[in-house]
Amino acid sequence: MEIKEIENLAKLCRIELSDKEKKELLNEMDSILSFVAQIQKVKTEDLKPTVGDLRNVMREDDDSHKSGEYTDIILAEAPKTERGYFKVKKIL
Amino acid sequence: MKITPQTLTIRKAHQHLLAGDFTACDLAQACLDNIDDNLNVFIEIFDDVLEQAKKADERIKNKQTTLLTGIPIAIKNNILIKGKRTTAGSKILENYYATYDATVIKKLKEAGAVFIGGTNLDEFAMGSSTENSAYGVTKNPYDGTRVAGGSSGGSAVAVAIGACLVALGTDTGGSTRQPASFCSIVGVKPTYGTVSRYGAVAMGSSLDQISPLGKTVDDSQIVFDCIHGEDKMDSTTLPDKMYEENQKKINLNRKKIIGVPRHFLERGIDDDVLKNFEESLKKFGKEGYQVKEIELPNLDYVLAVYYILMPAEVSTNLARFDGMRFGSLKEGKNLLEDYIKTRGQDFGKEVRRRIMLGTYVLSAGYHDAYYNKAVALRKIIKKDFKEAFQTVDAIITPTSPIPAFKIGEKSNDPLQMYLADIFTVSANVVGIPAISIPSGFTDREGKKLPLGLQIMASEMQENLLFQISREFLGENNY
Repeated sequence: MEIKEIENLAKLCRIELSDKEKKELLNEMDSILSFVAQIQKVKTEDLKPTVGDLRNVMREDDDSHKSGEYTDIILAEAPKTERGYFKVKKIL
Repeated sequence: MKITPQTLTIRKAHQHLLAGDFTACDLAQACLDNIDDNLNVFIEIFDDVLEQAKKADERIKNKQTTLLTGIPIAIKNNILIKGKRTTAGSKILENYYATYDATVIKKLKEAGAVFIGGTNLDEFAMGSSTENSAYGVTKNPYDGTRVAGGSSGGSAVAVAIGACLVALGTDTGGSTRQPASFCSIVGVKPTYGTVSRYGAVAMGSSLDQISPLGKTVDDSQIVFDCIHGEDKMDSTTLPDKMYEENQKKINLNRKKIIGVPRHFLERGIDDDVLKNFEESLKKFGKEGYQVKEIELPNLDYVLAVYYILMPAEVSTNLARFDGMRFGSLKEGKNLLEDYIKTRGQDFGKEVRRRIMLGTYVLSAGYHDAYYNKAVALRKIIKKDFKEAFQTVDAIITPTSPIPAFKIGEKSNDPLQMYLADIFTVSANVVGIPAISIPSGFTDREGKKLPLGLQIMASEMQENLLFQISREFLGENNY
């Protein structure tokens, strides 16, 4: 890997890294990836995209709660709120 | 009467509570008195412990008890208890107060258990030593210069020193069994899907299970019996009917065959651990077990498979921490800066590392070589285990290749730390139940350090694990 790849990855992860940490991560990722890459030696069947045994597990929405019943307790955990909404910076 | 929680079992405590020898308040106080600040066991000690105990005493007076009524329990601080601070060992959740009860907590509340506090853990349960906790390392009660294991280190020590009678941990790759083995107690990782994960802070959703820790097999089983079962809030829980049907197939009384994957025990194991393991095998022989060598052909790859799948799931699960809905916020100039500053500053190093790794193995161009390959290999390893269980009832290994290591010894080399999980990750990758039980001690620098034995069984056969553990440990630890 190169430092540029680390930077790109950090961007995808939405994580800010210092220059020092980028260098450390470069070494660590290389050592971990070369360890886990051993699985490439094993013969497996075609790598078809697979889904788990469970899918689309649905349930009836029978005992739905009163509108707004949990709003206060949930908003109390948010860093910023305004008039019953989460407050975030503008998207565009 | 004088109460010593560090030797008291649930059944004995229950009898004393019913007989009025002591109250639930006395018992809770005795546990609180045992908390040793030097070991750094709890992130949060609850301020309503005695109030909870008082309610339990009411139930005892009114004869509305279960085995767990009035029993003090410690909860790993990544399991939600409504209104309690639940940090998951992270700075990002430093001031997060749970908005609902986890299903396991709901069940324990109904049973009348008394919650002592939230125990220390590696941040988001990522680690094998609690050194990754934002709240400092938990020290081993047998040697304060060594780790207690992890990630459920706080829960294991809380049980070992009698700051509770039993505890809950979580186990994604050994996080309950390894600290249990480092602290000479019992830790059970149930079959994937037997215990609801609703309300446990998610790490690797196809691997995580909430897991009991206790001094004895019986104590751990009592907690397991209370918390397991189908839950409509967790669609991956197994139907109760299926579990019950499966129990009928288990014959606990016949002569049992134990499998040993010798080929997997050739490298990287401490000599004393191996010696202790051989002694355990002899003990099984004496108990009338047949010990048989087995081969699990792809077991050498299981740790690599785990360290691909787990970070992949970590990177998706932790995407929810965005500084908007809950958790901390470090503000920047715009929305993107809010994200990267919050996640860059308030996630710890190991968490950032695993998110990076997970994102890498899932990214376009690499996901066939890593993630998809690991998924394919996981299936093959599952098949290997299934075949092995055709010829043996249980498979045993040491729980950890080494006894408790020194604080700081591995914290600068992530790969070395990962290798400590070599024997425990299989049960999570395959989804089967596994237990760690005390198997003896070894001497290090004049200190006695505990060792543990791991027993794995086929899915839904927790009861077989409890039975084998009882027969191995005998009267002293049933």
